[in-house]
Amino acid sequence: MSAELIELTAAAAAECVHARELDAAELFDAYRERAEADELNAFTWVAESPSADGAGDLAGVPVAVKDLFCTEGVPSQAGSRILEGYRPPYSATVVRQLVDAGAPLLAKTNQDEFAMGSSTENSAFGPTLNPWDRARVPGGSSGGSAAAVAAGLAPWAIGTDTGGSIRQPAALCGIVGLKPTYGACSRYGMIAFASSLDQAGPMTRDVTDAALLFRHMVGRDRCDSTSVEFPEALSMPKRDDLTGLRLGVPEELVGEEGGVEPGVRACFDHTIALAERLGASVEPCRLEHAPHALAAYYLIAPAEASANLARFDGVRYGLRVDGDADLITMYARTRAAGFGAEVKRRIMLGTYALSSGYYDAYYGTAQKVRTEIYEDFERAFERFDFVVTPTSPWTAFELGAKTDDPLAMYMNDFCTVPMSLAGIPAISIPCGLSDGLPVGFQLAGRAFSEARLLDAAYALEQAIGFDGRRAFA
Amino acid sequence: MLDRAAVLHVARLARLELTDEEVERMAGELTKVLGYVEKLGELDLEGVQPTSHVVEVTDALRADEPRPCLPVEVVLAAAPDPVAGGFGVPSPGAG
Repeated sequence: MSAELIELTAAAAAECVHARELDAAELFDAYRERAEADELNAFTWVAESPSADGAGDLAGVPVAVKDLFCTEGVPSQAGSRILEGYRPPYSATVVRQLVDAGAPLLAKTNQDEFAMGSSTENSAFGPTLNPWDRARVPGGSSGGSAAAVAAGLAPWAIGTDTGGSIRQPAALCGIVGLKPTYGACSRYGMIAFASSLDQAGPMTRDVTDAALLFRHMVGRDRCDSTSVEFPEALSMPKRDDLTGLRLGVPEELVGEEGGVEPGVRACFDHTIALAERLGASVEPCRLEHAPHALAAYYLIAPAEASANLARFDGVRYGLRVDGDADLITMYARTRAAGFGAEVKRRIMLGTYALSSGYYDAYYGTAQKVRTEIYEDFERAFERFDFVVTPTSPWTAFELGAKTDDPLAMYMNDFCTVPMSLAGIPAISIPCGLSDGLPVGFQLAGRAFSEARLLDAAYALEQAIGFDGRRAFA
Repeated sequence: MLDRAAVLHVARLARLELTDEEVERMAGELTKVLGYVEKLGELDLEGVQPTSHVVEVTDALRADEPRPCLPVEVVLAAAPDPVAGGFGVPSPGAG
């Protein structure tokens, strides 16, 4: 019975619970057992018992949650030594919303420390392995969530995306990942990385699961003044063609500059052909400033991070290293012992970019480039419904392959960062395999176009027919 | 180009103690990343307004109504050095 249970998508499992063909407690136990036996290091904590029953739209289908979501009474460490063992006194709004809708918390998932990374190798709790090939990374920073869903260790999961941290691991693990419009989901209780970019989103086996989870994550929250009421009701995707849809392919992102691998390009081209067969028109489009997005991002995100991470100072929670030191030395020693190498690098970069004499040249310039990128998308959406690209220039790489070269690691975000800077929604769906490893196809649309985006992704998904179950552990 | 002195200055601003080896490595790595971001200088950005936030939100003021908050003992539960209902810290002048 357990094997069949695990084969069910989350939406199918929810339907079975609603129809009383399946007991929510049995479903929870089946996944709890699998999560406990995890060999991928996808989890940092696994629940003992369900925090919601079979009632509600989500019908007791348990959800795995990225470590950086504050979860009342449960370790919430953001992959960092500085928060080791920290159990917050409250839960993030999206976690509370999911539990209220009937999805019990299954586990907390591993991640790059404070979401800084593209491989989940920057976790203080060790790297997560890719279920398609355990010698390879799952992508990051939401790599634990992606690996858990891909391996069938969780029915579905949530992650966060600042420059690609939902979409890139989704692509590398062969699952669906949606980065919503900035402001669609509350950021309250998400341990902050870059506040003008961070967004929570679903990571699921298919597009239907993503739509079901996402509709319970949106909404205005009085605890996050940047959150807004989602402008329309979200129904389940059902579209089976793409008739009349116009897709733009930005040469700047799919060409050689981003280093897109031939195998990834082949899967992308094949998916484009499928989209045309479904009735879409496909034409090249221009995103003139997109090749500069990565440089702008690696100023803006570290600058915001350097401010956000000032709160980790050994005073209110987490690690403290003092001995006989004075206050300032205690701060500096605590942070030296608590943060990993990549986090230190970004704090330094951000502090430098914001420091007196450099602010205009670095941070100010990056913010102007952000305007240009936003306007490039505005122009593209006058002619196109969606912009489409490969999600990641390459498939999952080997553990350690990029850890010695920060810039090489940053290139992972080449195709995903422009959408983050523009605040627009983008989804990655699996579109095939290259040398046995999954490839992601990214669609991006106007702000708050998630319903149309999910519909189009659903139609494509049916045509692609990707079966991720071969990665089940 | 970031030299040793510049790295130490930024580390002081960031309240981060670095080992000698970290200072060396950081100087090299940050110089490389800064070299990459300097390609933004190729762009003509004359007259372009900066974007700090992509969603139109005007002053989001809430009603000024008292609400329950977390009890002090709950807030202090994770503190490294809770003292008399507050957060204990080393003296700024100690050491």
